Amino acid sequence: MARNLSMKDAINEALDQEMSRDPTVIVMGEDIVGGSGSPGEDDAWGGVLGVTKGLYAKHGDRLMDTPLSESAYIGAAIGASTCGLRPVAELMFLDFMGVCFDQIFNQAAKFRYMFGGKAETPVTIRAMVGAGFRAAAQHSQMLTPLFTHIPGLKVVCPSNAYDAKGLLIQSIRDNDPVIFCEHKALYASETDVPEESYTVPFGEANIVREGSDATIVCYGLMVHRASEAAETLAGEGIQCEIVDLRTLSPIDTDSVVESVENTGRLVCVDEANPRCSIAADIAATVSQEAFSSLKAAPQMVTAPHTPVPFSPALEDLYIPSAEAIADAVRKTMAP
Amino acid sequence: MSEANITPVLMPKWGLSMSEGVLVDWLVDEGAEINVGDEIMEVETDKIASAVEAADPGVLRRRVGDAGETYPVRALLGVLAPPEVSDDDIDAYIAAYEVPVDEDDDEGAAAAYEFAETAVGRLRYASRGDDGPALVLIHGFGGDLDNWLFNIDALAERARVYAFDLPGHGQSVKAIEDPGLAGLASALQAFLDTVELDSAHLVGHSMGAAVAARLACDAPERVQSLTLIAAAGLGPEINADYIDGFVGAESRRELKPVLFNLFADSELVNRSMVDDLLKYKRIDGVQEALSSLAAELFPGGTQSAQLAADIDASGLNTLVIWGSGDAVIPAAHAQALGNAAIEIIDGAGHMVQMEKASAVNALILEHIG
Repeated sequence: MARNLSMKDAINEALDQEMSRDPTVIVMGEDIVGGSGSPGEDDAWGGVLGVTKGLYAKHGDRLMDTPLSESAYIGAAIGASTCGLRPVAELMFLDFMGVCFDQIFNQAAKFRYMFGGKAETPVTIRAMVGAGFRAAAQHSQMLTPLFTHIPGLKVVCPSNAYDAKGLLIQSIRDNDPVIFCEHKALYASETDVPEESYTVPFGEANIVREGSDATIVCYGLMVHRASEAAETLAGEGIQCEIVDLRTLSPIDTDSVVESVENTGRLVCVDEANPRCSIAADIAATVSQEAFSSLKAAPQMVTAPHTPVPFSPALEDLYIPSAEAIADAVRKTMAP
Repeated sequence: MSEANITPVLMPKWGLSMSEGVLVDWLVDEGAEINVGDEIMEVETDKIASAVEAADPGVLRRRVGDAGETYPVRALLGVLAPPEVSDDDIDAYIAAYEVPVDEDDDEGAAAAYEFAETAVGRLRYASRGDDGPALVLIHGFGGDLDNWLFNIDALAERARVYAFDLPGHGQSVKAIEDPGLAGLASALQAFLDTVELDSAHLVGHSMGAAVAARLACDAPERVQSLTLIAAAGLGPEINADYIDGFVGAESRRELKPVLFNLFADSELVNRSMVDDLLKYKRIDGVQEALSSLAAELFPGGTQSAQLAADIDASGLNTLVIWGSGDAVIPAAHAQALGNAAIEIIDGAGHMVQMEKASAVNALILEHIG
């Protein structure tokens, strides 16, 4: 049956159910059991924000606390995935991925291609993304575009608990490396989540709201900001359609184009920095594929081209707001 | 006061989770003479949009609800009264009306469903109504108990109504031990056992009608009467595009056109319906359950079960209801039964119990007596 679950609990349940279903699924990362020296009892942390709490008690040594060496354990997870396991590695903050780019970009992403399709790399790398956590420039970035740029990686960024569970199960069952991005600000947000295992396929956007005047394309936390904006705009007689991409690679261009063909207006929202962002990618794709449908220039609403500020006042300004999204939609409506 | 002559038109409650709805538009003007079954307004919830049929006759004296606005369930949307009732009395009635508080609402939608541990596994069900004859509603292929959302409350006014999810469906166990008609009929029997019904009036839709009929043949002592709606098991063919399309669809884009087959009015297929069905299809075990049922019961656009002769031989009191525009199973299959009452309803498709709910509810209540 379905019940309300937070995104954090939905991710925990997905890991639990896949570990129960498939003995080759293992989980590794910094503090994901209980921190150094902890026996993993009830008081154990279960990761920096407690996402994996309780799993050690059920699945024991299939969860492994790793040293603070991302280059080592991400490499180990990728290697294990080529040898028959399905590791889920938690990298804490996506920002830390920099120290293991070779393992991810040059190894995991290339194996299938360079070994003529004979090698599979069913590894899932989970990491927290996004600002708003008062954690400054090195723990708050939305680096989704970096990974989306690399062929051979799949990139997932759910906006709600239902999608998080289904997409994580799909990620674990997928035979390619998946970068699974969890927005910290969404961990507590709840939706109806079935108790049973289920999947949400890659490359299928979710139409969160239907509307005929403008299309807002977004993902992750921005889906919620876009929904707020759409609510405000509905009061002004502007009906927005919201397309939640759910996965950035593969990306559901068809749904985006189809929506813009109906509305004629496009606003791309991305918490990432603007240059070479998902927003820029969508704007370019639509301009090429559906130019004749556009009634106005596509608008992009993104973070500015700066690091995430530590000042809370500036950090709040940094993240695209519902007001900024609404203003962008209004701009497309201007005669 | 002539309040006794005043009949309220209320926001309906469709389904167990509905708490509010949008009055999309009025379909009749103030002053119009309303007959039972007339479509008087269009209402939309987050699950479905449909016309509301009048449950009572009278003159629509006042539209209280505004088109485009959202109202809670049982909010006063209009007032029916004979011409002799004064405007002052109607104003007073409107002023005094309060939306009744629903005790169930606090517990939310989850409390509206129950689970029965049966011999075939865990089955989800809903029960409504305190007295009257026992009535069990059995949904069709790929459906669930919410297929009865326009029926269950209306039927519960005169019956104890049970609606459950068959194995492989809704929120019931997904594994079907015996994925054929016999297996589903034994699941129905197991459900009757668990909720302690020695016998019941069975109302089945599509594949669920074949399940009901099969139980009536296997265990006639458990069945008081049959109502077969858009029934499987009575004719040779079924729309393969629908069955195979439903089983095979993996995306919103693939599923939506398949669902158009279900309704005479394709506007009823909205985003929420498509999303809910995709969520169901993506649960572990569902694809296997649907594929094996389809292969067993509906191979290549044919129907493997032929029950008409057995139903006739059972001598059971049988009512057959069909939408004239059924694009999944042709309404002509109703003629296979020699001893049944047959009602063909115009302007409805395969989901006739949703599209013409008032008419179907009235027929069922009349049938079970």
